[in-house]
Amino acid sequence: MIWNEAKECMSRDEIEALQSARLVKVVNRVYHNVEYYRKKMQEIGLEPGDIKGIEDLDKLPYTTYADLRDTYPFGLAAVPRSEMVRVHASSGTTGKPKIAVYTRRDIDIWAECVARCLSMAGITRDDIIQVGYGYGLFTGGLGAHYGAEYLGALVLPMSTGNTQKLIDMMIDCDVTSIACTPSYLLHVAEDLEKAGLVDKIKLKSAICGAEPWTNEMRDQMEARLHIKAYDIYGLTEMMGPGVACDCEYHKGLHIWEDHFLPEIIDPATQKQLPKGSDGELVITNLTKEGMPLIRYRTKDLTSIEYDKCECGRTMARIQRFRGRSDDMLIIKGVNVFPSQVEAALLTIDGTTPHYMLVVDRVGNSDTLEVQVEVAESAFTDEMQSLEKLSKAVHDKLKTAIGLNAKVKLVEPNGLEHFDGKSKHVIDKRKLYQ
Amino acid sequence: MLIKQLTVFMENREGRLDEVLKTLANGGIDILSVSIADTTDYGVLRAITREPERAKQILTDASFTARLNDIIAVVVPDAVGSLAKVVAMIHAANINIKYVYGLSIDGEGAPIAIKTDDDAKAAAILEAAGVKTLSDSEI
Repeated sequence: MIWNEAKECMSRDEIEALQSARLVKVVNRVYHNVEYYRKKMQEIGLEPGDIKGIEDLDKLPYTTYADLRDTYPFGLAAVPRSEMVRVHASSGTTGKPKIAVYTRRDIDIWAECVARCLSMAGITRDDIIQVGYGYGLFTGGLGAHYGAEYLGALVLPMSTGNTQKLIDMMIDCDVTSIACTPSYLLHVAEDLEKAGLVDKIKLKSAICGAEPWTNEMRDQMEARLHIKAYDIYGLTEMMGPGVACDCEYHKGLHIWEDHFLPEIIDPATQKQLPKGSDGELVITNLTKEGMPLIRYRTKDLTSIEYDKCECGRTMARIQRFRGRSDDMLIIKGVNVFPSQVEAALLTIDGTTPHYMLVVDRVGNSDTLEVQVEVAESAFTDEMQSLEKLSKAVHDKLKTAIGLNAKVKLVEPNGLEHFDGKSKHVIDKRKLYQ
Repeated sequence: MLIKQLTVFMENREGRLDEVLKTLANGGIDILSVSIADTTDYGVLRAITREPERAKQILTDASFTARLNDIIAVVVPDAVGSLAKVVAMIHAANINIKYVYGLSIDGEGAPIAIKTDDDAKAAAILEAAGVKTLSDSEI
């Protein structure tokens, strides 16, 4: 089902004309309303008038996480405080979170984008949907919620943390669809199987996102729960979930090109690449009012297909993600940067700055083990002091990254000492094929 | 009197104890007693050795985390209730016992290593009550 055929099925010419008009507008808007952007453009001698359409996109400077950090919290906002109605946030590499600011219209557009995605998954106003993403600063819960309401479905805002209640209500309320992370859905499937309740559910579809997943995971959840599963993509900086979603043909994620202008760049040379190339996905907000980002580097590695899809939509399709051009990890749907762990460890006496993150998927749940060297000065003959140290690391990490990590104390020099950041991670999950 | 105890941090992985003991053996260190406290991930080896300072240096040079600390070595007479009396004396002085293990040292009675949160005071109380404690030269 196509929610907004007028937009989702425009011809390539129409899409590009609309994108060009909107790009010109948004560039003018940030130039005049955001000092940070104005300075960035002036530094390279760029005037808003130089941008006449999407063919001029590569003249514009990139926006990166560093820009968000430098302008935290509201330095990139393009509207006065009175126009802002909401803030969401996700973790940044160090300390400050990446935040996004929304106006009322931004929330409406976001809801429509999510509604298009849900519609793509066959969900209608007759469906009953459980939202199993966290509600809060994280965009997942409220994003999916508003989209489902916009569509007219009946929403059960479950949030996270109580699988038993989710299963009970799934059965009691004849829930037909669920939005949650793919690993969580597999966890739910396992619990349903254990309790012998798979036959009791009315679930038809699942919209899964917030972490990368594989076709094998899709096959598994479809076979075990007798449902259709769809992949939804998004990032807080651009909006949240609903930037793109895959249709029943699973030929990539349709990105809503009337609101988001995608391009692929070479992360090494930072040059825009021709259509169809593999590289880093860069997105420009075309309609966002609160905090529109120009050429935001997502760090996600992929390619984009532009031909018309069998489903009838013309919106370009983001292909399978091949990894990241930075060292961000997504663990249980939470963005984690090794540098956050490092910063946390530096505040604890008794550990050295040497550490290793071991990420794995046990059953269907991500696990994070943090191996930390015990500093010689902190070591005593008493087990208690080591247990205290281990707990201190655990608690500090819980605060810093929001995850319960298993802390493993290792011998000093027990870890290989690397200079490069990325060597601090062993990811055994094989999420990118 | 107190004696020196050698303590070594060990990751709980195969062959690690072997490596520690071999390193000490290659250095010619005579181990008199050993006790291990462990969790699933790591363990702490506690040992009474001859030449404790040199033993620690040998391990440190081999990149082990080792340190020396004092501990009470008590000779408990061979009689029912002797250990209970020793413990009761320490307890009566409001001193907390952290761990205890037997020492395999030849001689009269049963030598026991006792770690408390105030070893010097505990040793003095025991000695005043006529309980024999050992010094490094006596083991």
